[in-house]
Amino acid sequence: MSAPKTMFEKVWAAHEVVPQTADTPAVIFIDLHLTHEVTSPQAFSVLKSRGLKLRRPDLTLATMDHATPTRTEQVFGGAPISIESAAKQIRQLEVNCAEFGVELLGLQDARRGIVHIIGPELGVTQPGKTIVCGDSHTSTHGAFGALAFGIGTTEVGHVMATQCLLQKKPKTFAVNVSGRLRPGVTPKDLILAIIGKVGVSGGTGYVFEYRGEAIRAMDMEQRMTVCNMSIEAGARAGMIAPDEVTFAYLKDKPRSPKGAAWDEAVAYWRTLATDEGAIFDKTIEIDASALEPMITYGTNPGMVVPISGQVPDRRGDAVFDAAMKYMGLTPGAPITDAPVNVVFIGSCTNGRLGDLQAAAKVLKGQRVAPGVQMLVVPGSQEVKREAEELGLHEIFKQAGAEWRESGCSMCLGMNGDTVAKGEYAVSTSNRNFEGRQGIGARTLLASPETAAASAIRGRVTDPREFII
Amino acid sequence: MDPITVIRSRTVVMPSTNIDTDQIVPARFLTTTTKEGLGKQLFADWRYDAAGQPKPDFILNRPEAAGCRVLVAGRNIGCGSSREHAPWALVDFGFQAVISTEIADIFRNNSLKNGLLPIIVDEATHAWLLANSGVEVEIDLTTSSLKLADGRSVTFPIDGFARYCLTNGVDELGFLLSKDAEIKRYEASRRA
Repeated sequence: MSAPKTMFEKVWAAHEVVPQTADTPAVIFIDLHLTHEVTSPQAFSVLKSRGLKLRRPDLTLATMDHATPTRTEQVFGGAPISIESAAKQIRQLEVNCAEFGVELLGLQDARRGIVHIIGPELGVTQPGKTIVCGDSHTSTHGAFGALAFGIGTTEVGHVMATQCLLQKKPKTFAVNVSGRLRPGVTPKDLILAIIGKVGVSGGTGYVFEYRGEAIRAMDMEQRMTVCNMSIEAGARAGMIAPDEVTFAYLKDKPRSPKGAAWDEAVAYWRTLATDEGAIFDKTIEIDASALEPMITYGTNPGMVVPISGQVPDRRGDAVFDAAMKYMGLTPGAPITDAPVNVVFIGSCTNGRLGDLQAAAKVLKGQRVAPGVQMLVVPGSQEVKREAEELGLHEIFKQAGAEWRESGCSMCLGMNGDTVAKGEYAVSTSNRNFEGRQGIGARTLLASPETAAASAIRGRVTDPREFII
Repeated sequence: MDPITVIRSRTVVMPSTNIDTDQIVPARFLTTTTKEGLGKQLFADWRYDAAGQPKPDFILNRPEAAGCRVLVAGRNIGCGSSREHAPWALVDFGFQAVISTEIADIFRNNSLKNGLLPIIVDEATHAWLLANSGVEVEIDLTTSSLKLADGRSVTFPIDGFARYCLTNGVDELGFLLSKDAEIKRYEASRRA
């Protein structure tokens, strides 16, 4: 019998076109290449300048999300896209996809959305696949037991031309999460706590595997939230073993295998989980039952505190001092003293239906505090449609929030949805870097529940005041 | 890509820890469809004031930074977004190497593909470089060594294949394209 293997090692081995040697990295085959308007144009240009074809259009899917408008009139006509360079980039993707035969779920397509939300929705994200995209949050797809990671534009070109990548084999890192999350504590809080513990570079060179009771208890959307932020701890990929929850989610998705192919696929997917006794290069243990809702106070996702806690006081530490100067918060003060000007619900981290339902549950019958702007941006047009079927949009609008078309929106502010200088945003997105949501914008990362509760009070608020 | 063997330059020091790619080039500049000209937007939010004027005290705006091709950054540079615009901007500005104690994976990969050397050094060397801004250094890629002005020399880790490509001006796409027979064989046996 061969030595026990981790899930990562199994997926890696199944995709070795040429194994790694002492002198050369492995050539790894890519099963699914997702692409979007922002990180693809220069890669298409390389194909054109070298006279190359796109090798596997059948394994390539394009959409537009990063720079796209979220205002209905700009998406569906009647008003021009307000940022000219973004409009040009969108047109360029249309031209490139037509020229190279790539399927594009374009601006007005009902299946369009954030690339990491539509992959699972369509059922093209599947266990055991290698999935890449010119976007660091490609780690999201690891929730299905896929090996999924972000790449740069040069590598986007490599995949377009050869359907392969040159990769050095990363190391493995088990994140064991025991116990269950308590009421009001969400997968977002868990991943923020993990990043706080591992640090923003602690996962560099590793692929995470999230394991344990708390992970098994999560639905697929929740698992995606966890895997999504693996990169914020430095890990390019984060995986979760597929199980019955995974199979139930994928069954009957538009592009899932059907009939006998489905049974065959599930049989294969069942072999992927890490073998008993397999060795990880590194391991940490987290007790989910000890966690509270978490929120960031600084300028990277590892600067995080429980919501009942205080902004730490580490004056004299250069990183801390720079973060405090930027954030304008007081060391030692309760984090719930922090004011809120903007609330953003959306992104590939927390823009799925369950996230909107969680926020709506808090907001139902409530009003957003005077002076607070609240933006709810569904992660895809499909999420939008489902949310509207459930009447969630009415709850948001009645509370005083704006309800938009799907896209990355205020997560990175490329499309003009930005937070003003000096303002505080409680955001369900994934990065609180300086200027991430707009020049001088101050971001506090939290769960949809915490964001909604904070919108109602106009300051950082423990969501358990509303939902327990 | 031109072969790279030896880089001799004075250093520019940016001691901030965790310099993420959103700082290197903010997202609002990513609506470009080419690689060129991003040097103007390098560190835009640190480098320019609200009116778009260069801040005179920011290191890259100071006269001593002119012509420097080696950036010494605080611990862990390049975390966050996968945007290759970050190394494009650094290269367009004139940098050929970035030195730190830790360099994020995607940024490191992207840098190698654009002739920007990601160099990881030990704590003591890093501390010395941070404390001696503007010092002359010599990076010899053929021996993976970094020579400091005080005569010390330290080696740095670099993937052998990446080093081969950089020192010979070989591009990785060409290498991958040469594996066509292997790729075809894999495709023929691959699960649907």
